[in-house]
Amino acid sequence: MNAPFVGQPVPRAEDVRFLTGRARYVDDIRPEGALHAVIARSPYGHARLLGVNKASIEGLPGIVGVIAADDIAHLPAEIPIRLAPLEGFQRFLQRPLASDRVRFVGEAVALIVATSRHAAEDALEQLEVEYEPLPAVVTYDAAREGAELLFPEAGTNVATRYSASMGDADAAFARADLVIERHMTAHRHTALPLETRGLIAHEEADGILRCWGATKVTQWNRRALAVMLGRPEHSMDLIEVDVGGGFGAKGEFYPEDFLIPFAALRFGAPVKWIEDRREHLLTTNHSREMEATVAIAFARDGTMLGMRAKVSADMGAYVRTNGGVVPAKAAQFLPGPYRMKDVALDVEALLTNKTPVGTLRGPGRYEAHFFRERLIDLAAEELGLDPAEIRRRNLLRPEDMPWSIGHLVPYEPPSAVDSSDVPAAFDAVTDAIGYEELRWEVRKPQPDGRLHGIGLACFVESSGAGPSETARVELREDGGLRVISGVSTQGQGHQTVLSQIAADAFDGGVPPSEIELLNGTASLIEGGFGTYHSRAVVVGGSAIHLAARSLRAKLLRVAAARLQLRAEDLVLAEGHLRREGSVQKLAALAEVRGWMREAGETPDATETFKPDGRTYTCGAHAAHVAVDTETGQVEVLRYIASEDVGRAINPLMVHGQAIGAAVQGIGAVFLDELVYDENGQLLTGSLADYLVATSSCFPNIESITLENSPSTLNPLGAKGAGEGGVVACAAAIANAIADALRPLGVEINHLPLGPDRLLRLIPEKPAP
Amino acid sequence: MKAPPFAYAAPASIEGALALLAAHEDAKVLAGGQSLMPALNLRLAAPSVLVDINAIPELSEVSITPAGLRLGALVRHSRIGTNSAIAGAVPLLGLAYPHIAHGPVRTRGTIGGSLAHADPSAEWPAVCLASDAVMEVRGPGGGRDVPAEEFSLGIFTTAIEPGELLVAIRFPAWPASRRAGFAEVARRDGDFAMVGAAVTVDLGADGTCTDARIVLFGASSRPVRRREAEARLRGQVPGAALLREAASLAAQGIDPPSDLHASAEYRRRVAPVMVRRALADALSLPEARLAS
Ligand SMILES: Cc1cc2nc3c(=O)[nH]c(=O)nc-3n(C[C@H](O)[C@H](O)[C@H](O)COP(=O)(O)OP(=O)(O)OC[C@H]3O[C@@H](n4cnc5c(N)ncnc54)[C@H](O)[C@@H]3O)c2cc1C
Repeated sequence: MNAPFVGQPVPRAEDVRFLTGRARYVDDIRPEGALHAVIARSPYGHARLLGVNKASIEGLPGIVGVIAADDIAHLPAEIPIRLAPLEGFQRFLQRPLASDRVRFVGEAVALIVATSRHAAEDALEQLEVEYEPLPAVVTYDAAREGAELLFPEAGTNVATRYSASMGDADAAFARADLVIERHMTAHRHTALPLETRGLIAHEEADGILRCWGATKVTQWNRRALAVMLGRPEHSMDLIEVDVGGGFGAKGEFYPEDFLIPFAALRFGAPVKWIEDRREHLLTTNHSREMEATVAIAFARDGTMLGMRAKVSADMGAYVRTNGGVVPAKAAQFLPGPYRMKDVALDVEALLTNKTPVGTLRGPGRYEAHFFRERLIDLAAEELGLDPAEIRRRNLLRPEDMPWSIGHLVPYEPPSAVDSSDVPAAFDAVTDAIGYEELRWEVRKPQPDGRLHGIGLACFVESSGAGPSETARVELREDGGLRVISGVSTQGQGHQTVLSQIAADAFDGGVPPSEIELLNGTASLIEGGFGTYHSRAVVVGGSAIHLAARSLRAKLLRVAAARLQLRAEDLVLAEGHLRREGSVQKLAALAEVRGWMREAGETPDATETFKPDGRTYTCGAHAAHVAVDTETGQVEVLRYIASEDVGRAINPLMVHGQAIGAAVQGIGAVFLDELVYDENGQLLTGSLADYLVATSSCFPNIESITLENSPSTLNPLGAKGAGEGGVVACAAAIANAIADALRPLGVEINHLPLGPDRLLRLIPEKPAP
Repeated sequence: MKAPPFAYAAPASIEGALALLAAHEDAKVLAGGQSLMPALNLRLAAPSVLVDINAIPELSEVSITPAGLRLGALVRHSRIGTNSAIAGAVPLLGLAYPHIAHGPVRTRGTIGGSLAHADPSAEWPAVCLASDAVMEVRGPGGGRDVPAEEFSLGIFTTAIEPGELLVAIRFPAWPASRRAGFAEVARRDGDFAMVGAAVTVDLGADGTCTDARIVLFGASSRPVRRREAEARLRGQVPGAALLREAASLAAQGIDPPSDLHASAEYRRRVAPVMVRRALADALSLPEARLAS
């Protein structure tokens, strides 16, 4: 097959629009006569909700109406679980508006609709809501002990508990020469897209309820909304416009995804709601807060024999759409890309009076790799082995593939790493950073007086979740292609990359610039599942590939019959049909489209791709840091991340994803942190307090894209490429800092590592 | 995040502004808006009238004379940092500037706004204190001069009385023998300092310190002179050991606040480091920068 576009660094087609201010984000949609909604939110972490006094704002200027829990009580308005439904979770679902109890600061209690956002916010200050505060549950221990319960009727704050294992961990530990065990924690933070969430809903004259601002999983969300509103699915549409970043958090079904359409129906007008930054920090899914006690059994030569771990995730106040993805994936990826067959895991999900948790780029993996990679470094030190060497002795090798990772996730079938060359990915970063030399360099006194360190980390992570994805490819009247896909886009550049796939599947006969992508919106195509788990290219792209191949075959069949040639003798090139070996153009594709019509064939093809399993991406990170032991500040002098993506459809974009992901992942080590006080108050409710990496923070990141192990599970050979840059950041940076501070006897077991936290670990020198 | 309702006026003269301030007790002055607008949008402030002083040309005037530098209250951060004559007249201004916010904030934010806002971690108030600046304040009853030392009173509190306007900041002439140093730690480039130090050291011909000013900021509710540490330097030829001593003296007895970014303990521990580094830079003693 001719493949002129896949693998090329095609510049992003969408960028011109974005960079010249011509993108259309949800806030750019301003329907005539739109009403504006704001949401009254709980100021308490935990309280009885005694009443919402709607009359308190009636008659205020611009006020159209107020919606409280009693207005939706007749609807089955619990937000369902989309992924990872673990046993027991059904008891802890969130309703769009709290009725008798609020369980986190920011929980919606009422919706105010007014003729302007200003009027709505003015009224919000006047709305009387009566609460009776209750003690808040904010720690793992308090959640477990259950002296105070979020859901008294459930009798527990433990949303679920399960054990999972493979092999025989007890036997492995019995054989061990060394066991390294630590209690470790990862910290709560969240996705911070430039564009916050937002929705506009309107039942238009044709009777269709349209909601703009949806993304990620619009088809599933439409189904959920249909159930909750009690309306047929086809009477509504969730429309995706340009999205300014999602990172896993945006596009899940949140309370507002019900409330805004509900308000539009109730008031018979377009209703608009744009999340402000404070609301974003208070109500959009949080992630990553987890504690774990992990033990790894080692043989004297550094062989990793087995692992035991207890993982507890702080889920916040409710189980939302992502169910147990975060704890379950953390547990699953704890063993990592190492030849360890004996593993025993205990997992629990705890409810606390904090914002509910969901997925964030590399959910669970970021935490798990941090826990494990720290322990490996500690073992290396105990065993007198070099940190690179101990990893090399244990990494999965190509000949181990496929490598069973057992049945560690209760709601999934057993899985196996499909293909991978981890040692090559690891060597790529150690070579690039000059590990052998740098290892000794960092030990020497530095002219700047700082302590230097080098840190390594390896990862494996899954992508390309099923169940399937469907795509339609149409030959347009002008001879270009129109691709219709069920995956959605939050800024990843799918227009470019999916066009490259379609172009090549069409033998390069139509260049990507002549290929249009329609995707995201719920009504576009049936059998779409959206964009998460790095599946848009892997699964969605494969469906497009199949559909384009199928259309090509159909087209050539019709043309061959028409021209009385053999289909094998026809080629597609530059928007035309040609005869193999001849430069003469037989017909423009636009004309061939007419032939198809005449032959009674539609000029399109629809195909569904159903992967047999998940794809696994592996890679490694290496960090060189300098620690100012007097201020606790860390400079990342060099950071290298490798990722074997199977096949890089567009290396430029894979590179961009990797760098962006690393900035996000390193930033979270030092900056991002959602802090709660003992009453469940969020103390980091603005961007003055919740810090996020900016472009000047980590300028020295390099990424290495590898294509050593094409996936055997899809026709593209592709694997996820958006998360590898983030998942090992905490691990590599923490290892580098620990390496730097080793002379001071400092161990790093807890995230984050901002200057205050780090300085506390560094013993103070007596004043001169 | 929409501001509560307010009336808006943009007087063209200082007198006009003062009249508006006199007429509306809860009026607020709007300068660069880089602190006030976020406060309004978060509904942390709800003045009935905003008195926008941006249309008063006089407030943007800069004059450099043998007596020193005079900056109108409305002079923007970016003008201070990018105009070599201004930074030449008071070198500490140039040293502090790169630590203040980022481009968009610098082009709007004003030195007067920063001083009137009185964030304890802000750079300009510390620079003013270390440079013996004087604030020209104008009120209904006329003008008065307030020395920097008496201007910042605490977190977000200054000597500006209701109805008064800060019109200019005067810096005395900078002696040729004066060295300056500035150091701070912030979470990211452009963030407010967790703690920092602004210092000046006057050296005699033989290298002895004849005078010194050591100001800590972010270490208490307002920037503070550390006179014991200054005294330790006076009459001495500064070397690394002396700087270490002065630095730990400077941090003695401070009672810093705790916030999300830095605990009191952090500030206590890092304050002397900032003083030492600022002095080391001022005196070109790189060895004093390093941890002992
Ligand atoms: C993202 C960001 C980062 C920042 N980082 C820093 C930083 O690192 N360091 C730093 O120092 N600052 C920082 N700032 C604050 C910035 O410097 C502001 O410009 C400054 O604090 C206020 O100046 P302004 O002219 O914008 O004043 P405004 O916001 O207009 O006013 C601030 C206050 O001062 C009063 N006021 C203003 N002018 C006068 C006057 N002439 N007389 C009487 N009262 C007056 C106002 O009524 C108001 O109460 C940052 C701001 C932002 C948004």
